[in-house]
Amino acid sequence: MSRLNPTFRRLRAQNEKAMGLFLTNGFPAPDATLPILHAIDRGGADFIELGMPFSDPLAEGRPIQRSSERALSHGVTLDDAFETAAGFRAESDTPLLLMGYINPVLKYGADRFCKNAAAAGVDGLILPDLPPQESAQIQEATQAHGLDLVFLIAPNSSDDRIRQVDRKASGFVYAVSVTGLTGSALDGGVDAYLERARQLVTENPLCVGFGIKTHEDAVRLTPHTDGFIVGSALINHVEALWDDASHSDAERLDAVEAFAHTLKHGDDTPAPSSQETAPAGTP
Amino acid sequence: MPQPAVDSPPDTGPDDSGHFGPYGGAYVPEILTPVLEELKAAYATYKDDPEFQDELRTLLHTYTGRPTPLTYCDRLSDAIGGAHIYAKREDLCHTGAHKINNTLGQLLLADRMGKERIIAETGAGQHGVATATACAKFGMDCIVYMGAEDMERQRLNVERMRLLGAEVRPATSGSQTLKDATNEAIRDWVSNPADTFYIIGSVVGPHPYPTMTRNFHRIIGEETRTQLRAEIGTEVPDALIACVGGGSNAIGLFHPFLDEDVRMYGAEAAGQGLNGRHAATMSAGTPGVLHGAMSLLLQDDAGQVELAHSVSAGLDYPGVGPEHAHLHDTGRVEYRPVTDTEALDGVQLLSETEGIIPALETAHAVALFQDVADDLQSETSDPVIVFNCSGRGDKDMDTIAKHL
Repeated sequence: MSRLNPTFRRLRAQNEKAMGLFLTNGFPAPDATLPILHAIDRGGADFIELGMPFSDPLAEGRPIQRSSERALSHGVTLDDAFETAAGFRAESDTPLLLMGYINPVLKYGADRFCKNAAAAGVDGLILPDLPPQESAQIQEATQAHGLDLVFLIAPNSSDDRIRQVDRKASGFVYAVSVTGLTGSALDGGVDAYLERARQLVTENPLCVGFGIKTHEDAVRLTPHTDGFIVGSALINHVEALWDDASHSDAERLDAVEAFAHTLKHGDDTPAPSSQETAPAGTP
Repeated sequence: MPQPAVDSPPDTGPDDSGHFGPYGGAYVPEILTPVLEELKAAYATYKDDPEFQDELRTLLHTYTGRPTPLTYCDRLSDAIGGAHIYAKREDLCHTGAHKINNTLGQLLLADRMGKERIIAETGAGQHGVATATACAKFGMDCIVYMGAEDMERQRLNVERMRLLGAEVRPATSGSQTLKDATNEAIRDWVSNPADTFYIIGSVVGPHPYPTMTRNFHRIIGEETRTQLRAEIGTEVPDALIACVGGGSNAIGLFHPFLDEDVRMYGAEAAGQGLNGRHAATMSAGTPGVLHGAMSLLLQDDAGQVELAHSVSAGLDYPGVGPEHAHLHDTGRVEYRPVTDTEALDGVQLLSETEGIIPALETAHAVALFQDVADDLQSETSDPVIVFNCSGRGDKDMDTIAKHL
């Protein structure tokens, strides 16, 4: 079965919050994704979400939209995502999920997709435009191939809906922090919502994402959750590093590793390697 | 004359979860699930509410100008030969197209639901103008998303929307047309679900939009039945023709006739031809999910949505309403591709024979007359064809002048 459950169990025993990091496959360039995944893994990611770019990503703010456009301009496909996943799995046991929109998955074939994902060492799927009530076909395929299927809740979800999502989900329940797109600014009502979600989500770990940009954001949002997810902030960081020609690839990867480490632990703990090579202005 | 029902359709689908056969449904980010539930509940309440229906009927009569005429096209019929052609004159609706039937219905619903901020997407600008118009009439805030390329080719409609007090926001991603405007509108909706009502302009999007929008346009077909009875003594013609982008004007005309013995033809935009750039979803699409519903979709082998092309901004969309996809699969409606060139010929034909300058969208339907008349002639003498003259062509004069 999936690597997610043991990971959450271990972290809970250590009284530690899980950090999930999102990166679009094929971004900033097809051959750059895998080394970045390894770097954020070294930096302390407890699970990784590998984004499968789609032409019409409805729930995404500009950073992830841009990363998708950039990846698609390189002709990146689902088979490339499996290749990246397999490359990652060859060197790491950190849980890896694929995240993306439902259309390319259906076009690929739900069963074939899940079979190839499982073979590449993927642990689960997150499909933000696939709500539980439309998921019968995908659920059958994920179960057949031992993949977790994460579903999302939002601040405007009713109590009944949150319970229903929890019953359908496996791996974890993804609490969208804001009524907005990825990368949105956090708002004030989030604490009460996450406290409510904590009471209602009883069958899965609960992770919060959307709008978390810093370690301080993560600390603030995780009292009621088992973990947090960062996407847009990492994308912005990677974009700035790779678009700045003055850095070598080694410097960039060190900086990304340090970024992940700081997200998880804050500024006071030194990164395990070469934090000093982080470029000026790195958060 | 008895008043046709504005909104009391026979039970021909969808099922409770909004599926027409394998199509439809609601593939949306979780934030929109409670929003759609709220909308479904409100629509269920008001669609049978006599006060709501009276108010809508009055607006459609005193503001939109309904019923729209059914015009016998004698010179056009002579030019085609072998069929009597009638035009259902949706081009004479206030704002110049059928779109306002749905816009007023949805806006009235938004008003009942206490929503104060209205958003819409627009391709040709007709739905945007209709929405801006209704918002002006009701005193509501209005934001219209429009592809940057469409803002260029439908410049006049952009000016109209602004004059009506709407904010027109350009969609600059992707193809900068209707698909991208819809993406931006949905993103706005996801970000402002509590106070915002999204008035979708066609029979697309997540359930209940395809059904609700269809029902607000059924008045086109209902009126046609009544008018045909007065005109030719029977409510049912031999064929119905309408253009199909998302498919709202077509389903509005077709739906009240689905159970009748009448042929139905949808004209879809074949752009530069099916081997070139086009928007012919029925001819070349495969099942897929876009903008919250499963339908037929122009997409590549990797499931990425392809860019559509049509000279007509209103048909320049890579998807189609889920009910149309189902009617295509079941064979109830025949969908035929019409190229840009054929549509431009259609503009000229209708203008010269009937003194009606049709929208480029509408002109796609005109281009099917000859084929349909030929089809019918082998089966029946003096066949009667009704086509939905869905919009007027003033907005397209720049494009038309460039090509003709």
